[in-house]
Amino acid sequence: MAEQSVDAEARGWTRDEMMTVAAARELTSGTTCFVGIGLPSTAANLARATHAPDVVLIYESGCIGAKPDRLPPSIGDAILSRTADAVISVPEIFAYWLQAGRIDVGFLGAAQVDRFGNINTTVVGDYGSPTVRLPGAGGAPEIATSCARVIITLRHSPRSLVETLDFITSVGQGDGRDYRAKLGLPGSGPQAIITDLAVLRCDPETSEFVLVSVHPGVEIADVLAQTGWPLRVADHVGVTTPPTHDELRALRNFVGA
Amino acid sequence: MVPEAQLMARFSSLRDAVAEHVHDGDTVALEGFTHLIPFAAGHEIIRQRRQDLTLVRMTPDIIYDQLIGMGCARKLIFSWAGNPGAGSLHRFRDAVEHSVPHPLEIEEHSHAGMATRYQAGASGLPFGMLRGYAGTDLASITPTIRWVTCPFTGENLAAVPALHPDVGVICAQQADRDGNVMMWGITGVQKETVLASTRSIVLVEEVVDEFSPRTNGVVLPSWVVDDIAVVPSGSYPSYALDYSLRASAFYAQWEPISKDLAQFGAWMDEHVLSTADHAAFLESLDPSLLGDLDG
Repeated sequence: MAEQSVDAEARGWTRDEMMTVAAARELTSGTTCFVGIGLPSTAANLARATHAPDVVLIYESGCIGAKPDRLPPSIGDAILSRTADAVISVPEIFAYWLQAGRIDVGFLGAAQVDRFGNINTTVVGDYGSPTVRLPGAGGAPEIATSCARVIITLRHSPRSLVETLDFITSVGQGDGRDYRAKLGLPGSGPQAIITDLAVLRCDPETSEFVLVSVHPGVEIADVLAQTGWPLRVADHVGVTTPPTHDELRALRNFVGA
Repeated sequence: MVPEAQLMARFSSLRDAVAEHVHDGDTVALEGFTHLIPFAAGHEIIRQRRQDLTLVRMTPDIIYDQLIGMGCARKLIFSWAGNPGAGSLHRFRDAVEHSVPHPLEIEEHSHAGMATRYQAGASGLPFGMLRGYAGTDLASITPTIRWVTCPFTGENLAAVPALHPDVGVICAQQADRDGNVMMWGITGVQKETVLASTRSIVLVEEVVDEFSPRTNGVVLPSWVVDDIAVVPSGSYPSYALDYSLRASAFYAQWEPISKDLAQFGAWMDEHVLSTADHAAFLESLDPSLLGDLDG
């Protein structure tokens, strides 16, 4: 759903900014967060710059407690290792810290998700002869396995929120209900999907994602039209609190806008 | 008995080190996690026209895009292939999507799986295990992901075979005069790469009389390294902490070059095939792309 720049100007913020702010609000101070590349890194750092100064940001490059004051272009920039409480090897970050269950929140982006928060970052089309070859798994499969909970952030479209994934790179709630428990996955999996249009949350009973909040100016019908499966809608759908002045200032300062 | 002459690393030119250690058909790992990526070694492999390589790396980025686009690779073993913060690896994608310049076999894992494979290789174990892959399609398309049952608890765990590259290539900041090597900052799987590989080449920024203590300082003793090549800014456009900053402008401008096959060929010809070494490569670039090579 293309955003009209005139709308963004009238509101004073873009839908991408709303997405980042809403994703940042999912993190609380004092939690430990394994930060994925791209949108999650911006959102996690916004949380640290605003309401959650004590959030511990952990990057798969081995940086624990990184405190960058501007957006790093990758997950291994000098600003991350220079500001970290500890810098360790990559085998250690995955084994001693992630796999051992020390991390509260995994913050992931995705090319595609389905109604159970399963993630595809591998291919669009057939694996053997893909239409689009995506980067692949990176750290995400084990972040999705071992963090106590997972937050997913991505832009909303019928191509990104799809009925059936072409490939399950990282498992969310599988096929629903007690799938994760049956498979012996330690964490609770994805609990929220934050997009540029809405907030979806995992239904505790069915494990399917449900529309709980639309961002200001977005209609429920817009969200349904932009979702590739018949999205369930909560009995009461709220309107996301718009970005505050402080949130926007911190975000723009961080990304250098 | 290992002959005494092999107990110490040898200082070589990068050209000689690549000529001696990297052969057609070898399995080669050029590691570096955003930081300390051995770009200069990748370029030298391209200059020497190596072919049929199995390339291994957790995060293949621009240097692997170049090796693949130049037809050096038969197979890629990896966990995340992208141009971080800038776009796609179009030579990699063209190889996978359209078999250009020729088909590329791929074997893909997650980062945790690849790290475990290097660790097993460094440890001299046949395989490593991790709590991973369950529920994913990776397990069904990658034959090197299997399952083991813990003999003590009964837990089902993923098993992945050890990696044993013929050659491991990394960058470090410093060597001392005895050929010990020191790196610091983000060190990724570099120690494991050297220890898992049959032969190893380490590129360093400089040779010093004595090492100083550093954050996350990792020292590889001289006797586990084969060749050391002194190549200032050898990781450019990646970086060496306390020596240079990552040249993000280079990563950004790679997107259109990588996307257009003709532009890619012309770029490789001008900047890699027509340059004698890494210093000449750096000189061939527009100065605005160099960023801060003094850190």
